[in-house]
Amino acid sequence: MPELMHKKLERSATGFMLAIIAAASVGGIVEIAPLFTIDDTVETVSDMRLYTPLELAGRDIYVREGCYACHSQMIRTLRDEVERYGPYSLAVESQYDHPMLWGSKRTGPDLARVGGKYSDFWHVAHLNNPRDVVPESNMPSYRWLGTTRLKLSDLPLALRAQRAVGVPYSDEMIENAAGDAYGQAMPDSEQSSGVTERYGEATQVSAFDAVMTNVTEMDALVAYLQVLGQLTRAAYENTAAPEQMPDPDN
Amino acid sequence: MEVNEVDPVSGRKTTGHIWNGIKELDTPIPRGVLLFLIVTHLFAVLWWVLLPTWPIGRTYTKGVLGIDQKTTVEASVKESAIARAPWVSRIESLSYDEIRADEQLMASVRTTGHQLFGDNCAACHGREGKGRENYPDLSDDDWIWGGGPEAIAQTLAVGINTRHPETRVGQMPAFGRDEMLDRQQVIDVATYVSSLSDPSASTAENIDQIDKGREVFRTTCIACHGEDAKGNPELGAPNLTDRRWIYGGSLQRIIASIHGGRQGHMPTWDERLTPTEIKVLALYVNDIGQGKP
Repeated sequence: MPELMHKKLERSATGFMLAIIAAASVGGIVEIAPLFTIDDTVETVSDMRLYTPLELAGRDIYVREGCYACHSQMIRTLRDEVERYGPYSLAVESQYDHPMLWGSKRTGPDLARVGGKYSDFWHVAHLNNPRDVVPESNMPSYRWLGTTRLKLSDLPLALRAQRAVGVPYSDEMIENAAGDAYGQAMPDSEQSSGVTERYGEATQVSAFDAVMTNVTEMDALVAYLQVLGQLTRAAYENTAAPEQMPDPDN
Repeated sequence: MEVNEVDPVSGRKTTGHIWNGIKELDTPIPRGVLLFLIVTHLFAVLWWVLLPTWPIGRTYTKGVLGIDQKTTVEASVKESAIARAPWVSRIESLSYDEIRADEQLMASVRTTGHQLFGDNCAACHGREGKGRENYPDLSDDDWIWGGGPEAIAQTLAVGINTRHPETRVGQMPAFGRDEMLDRQQVIDVATYVSSLSDPSASTAENIDQIDKGREVFRTTCIACHGEDAKGNPELGAPNLTDRRWIYGGSLQRIIASIHGGRQGHMPTWDERLTPTEIKVLALYVNDIGQGKP
């Protein structure tokens, strides 16, 4: 009987196609779909902050240059990774990453917690020519970033696109996106106070590439690298990332 | 469509498909493969029971073994900490001097310190701690903020010019750019500074210039670098009389430092590294820096 059924299915193009689709989607249905409904997939934290417009622009440059092809942003739950890179990555840390940049290949080191590990000065030198600071590095040079102006006028649209996929940017943030990006890279400008007002005191406002005359793609990328792993302290505080939310009825 | 034709050579049934006169045999899947498939399916069912597997609405089956990657990694980190405990607990409880006197402990410090240094410090200071332009050499006996292990541990913990509340602050003002000194004064004082460590920089022709530079130094620089120009580790003011330079010791580079100022940046490590790791690194760096107190 099953043999007969198979023979019948095999001879019907549509039926066979539907059977293939059903079989191939089992993995997705079992592994991906439940993540949208299961409560403790993404931890709930209170101190999660948003990418500033400058950091978001840097993130786009990170994607554009294909940094994710050689650098992961995902510290796995393995002892050697935790001892080298720090606390393992939590889902909530990439809550506002659209798309996520976890990556799966490490030609270079993982970058999930690189924010604050090195100085801005080092990052600029390293991006200009990695061999200047790490002689054995095989990373390409990204020298043009420091001479390419960042297109500030695109930023309100970039924030709006992020809001469309669920990042809670306010109207005020979208409206001031260009000014905030300028202010974050120009500590002495009048726009700089607005950035910390809107995005929190923890925001790093500095002349990332040490050039105070214009905002370059270098400023944006370094600002992004310096915020990696800094959006929330949850991974460092066990109590802030309970595996299960406390039951309010208990 | 049932085909009852039997191939006379193999004795198997055919599928009834014919291509250019060649008939396809209807050979069943080999028994070994079938058995393997059955075993893997049984294995999967067993795994459903043992490990977290099936989603049920807002939660999922946890599995009877109760295994969770997060607790697994925490346990293995703890396990490795226990393996290190015999010497780590001594590092924690003994003073810097006692550790430095203990060759066996220092051997552990050198091994572990080298790993920690490679991962955290080498990007700037180089694998051997020799530094490069803009990043100080840690392997010599010249220290800006003090080279004793306590001073190094403090520099590691709070950093230099960071946002840490207790950060070390070292700011060389931009005397030229901010117009505290005029162009000629900058060149004079740079010539004087360069002559402090390099006698050949002082010649019969520029003796007047050096005198003028010394005057500028007396009024402007001694507050931080001291009357003898030997620096002050309390303020992170470097010694200007040796031939060790972070930002270069040529006259041009000295002029650049005086004109534009210098605000080096050393990140904070007190959140990234544990107090024990900082202690090990402080001892390690002190050790490669030739163990000066």
